[in-house]
Amino acid sequence: MFQEMLQTLPQVIIDGLTLGSVYAVVALGYTMVYGILQLINFAHGEIFMTGAYIGTAVLLIILGMGFGSSIPSLLLLIIALVITALCTGLLGMGIERVAYRPVRRAPRLVALITAVGVSFILQDVVRIVAEILTGNYIVTGPSLFSKQITIPVSSFLSVFNDASLKVSFFIVLICAIGMMISLDFFVNKTKWGTAIRAVSMDRETAALMSINVNKVIAITFFIGSSLGGATGVLFAIQYGTIDPYIGFILGIKAFIAAVMGGIGNIRGAMFGGFLLGLIEMFASANLSLLTGGIFGAEYKDVFAFAILILVLLFKPEGLLGKAATEKV
Amino acid sequence: MTVLEVNNIETYYGAIQALKGVSFQVERGEIVTLIGSNGAGKSTTLKSISGLAKVKKGAILYNGQDITNKQAHETTLMGISHVPEGRRIFANLTVKENLLMGAFSVKGKAVIEERMENVFTYFPRLKERMNQKGGTMSGGEQQMLAIGRALMMQPNLLMLDEPSMGLAPIVVEQIFEIILQLNEMGITILLVEQNAYQALSIAHRGYVIQNGEIVLTGTGKELAENEEVKEAYLA
Repeated sequence: MFQEMLQTLPQVIIDGLTLGSVYAVVALGYTMVYGILQLINFAHGEIFMTGAYIGTAVLLIILGMGFGSSIPSLLLLIIALVITALCTGLLGMGIERVAYRPVRRAPRLVALITAVGVSFILQDVVRIVAEILTGNYIVTGPSLFSKQITIPVSSFLSVFNDASLKVSFFIVLICAIGMMISLDFFVNKTKWGTAIRAVSMDRETAALMSINVNKVIAITFFIGSSLGGATGVLFAIQYGTIDPYIGFILGIKAFIAAVMGGIGNIRGAMFGGFLLGLIEMFASANLSLLTGGIFGAEYKDVFAFAILILVLLFKPEGLLGKAATEKV
Repeated sequence: MTVLEVNNIETYYGAIQALKGVSFQVERGEIVTLIGSNGAGKSTTLKSISGLAKVKKGAILYNGQDITNKQAHETTLMGISHVPEGRRIFANLTVKENLLMGAFSVKGKAVIEERMENVFTYFPRLKERMNQKGGTMSGGEQQMLAIGRALMMQPNLLMLDEPSMGLAPIVVEQIFEIILQLNEMGITILLVEQNAYQALSIAHRGYVIQNGEIVLTGTGKELAENEEVKEAYLA
């Protein structure tokens, strides 16, 4: 059994890293907003989904123009990422302004329900728009970077099987890691990033430092949402077909990743994202093997949630989180 | 010249009225103290001035300009620095980052450096602890950081909310010594204290606040010798 698990390991790692990097960047959006407002922004998964649609639309429009197919794929990708990040960033900022700011002083449950409402609105708006434009709300984007590569792992280490992957794997991974490194730098080393941390710790005192708290919160939403939207584009490129409901389950998974890493902790969210992606792919490859065929790959989510419960039982503050201490 | 004029302000927390028409003035160059027991409305008065609490009635004038219900970051930009009760330093930021946040709206690296050096002349301890997380320092050091951070804006009016709270007597002496120095440098000071004896000993004038109303006023010395004050706050 162990031998069989080992054989599939290279493929598990590749698939796990792809999915994990998507989780990780989306988890950042949850954790940043939670850190600054203690709000679980359930609409964030839908921002990811909207980003997937905007990016796909941009790619389809450019490729639809006569000269479109002569543009190199990499340039196309960059154009789609930038336009999408801008649009979803503004969308996130708009949602904060319209839906969350008016209820900021209300009990937390109010904002939470508002977030669920925003999430439904986004799903349906995207569905209607996609249906009007293309006749079907399920959309398949152009295939970019879809060349298959096989890594002949078995030829130098015979315990492993070969792993196959699409070129887009590298695109997803590099873009995601690039986004995470830039965000980490921004938050830890720049003035506005420090202001985000200061507002997260103590909003009133930050205001006394002449920091415009509303502006900092708006910037946080812009950054989180533009990263989430850009990840949607990466997702669409990697997995091909998108529908308006991809944001729901992926959003929940990313939220779990954020909680596992320690909600409010940016590096924790990244770590949790990769961990969850790897666990999920490991489960999907090996569950039926481990349970003698009782549970199949379709139980991978149960496995992921079980791990979450274990983490919360033994380290409720998350793997990289610090236990909250009340100092008098 | 009057730096701060508070006219009959009323402030509520939800349905509870915390201030029931508070009026007082602070003249340029003065140290004015607001003393009173727990829950009398001292902190609320400062919060109303800096913009952290919403004033329902009355007006606040700063250098003759109406600043009632301006937002907190705006009053700070106008030269009012408020050191909140309990110090409220950013525990997970380093001492340096805390000071930099204090100078958030200050433009120019050189200017910020210069102001930081100026803060270190008052609080050399902060320089030694520059890269330490604010939350790991002692209470006295945290109070120094809170005051230092407020000085980064080079305020005209410095409002201090219970700077002596929870500190050892010798540290309290140091902090009050520095408040006096800052005042000599030309900063007008509004000091809120439960430690009435210490506050009155350095204040030019004082006000006694009780249940959201000013009940007594006088010079620091007069109040310190007043029988009622002695009985209520100096016992």
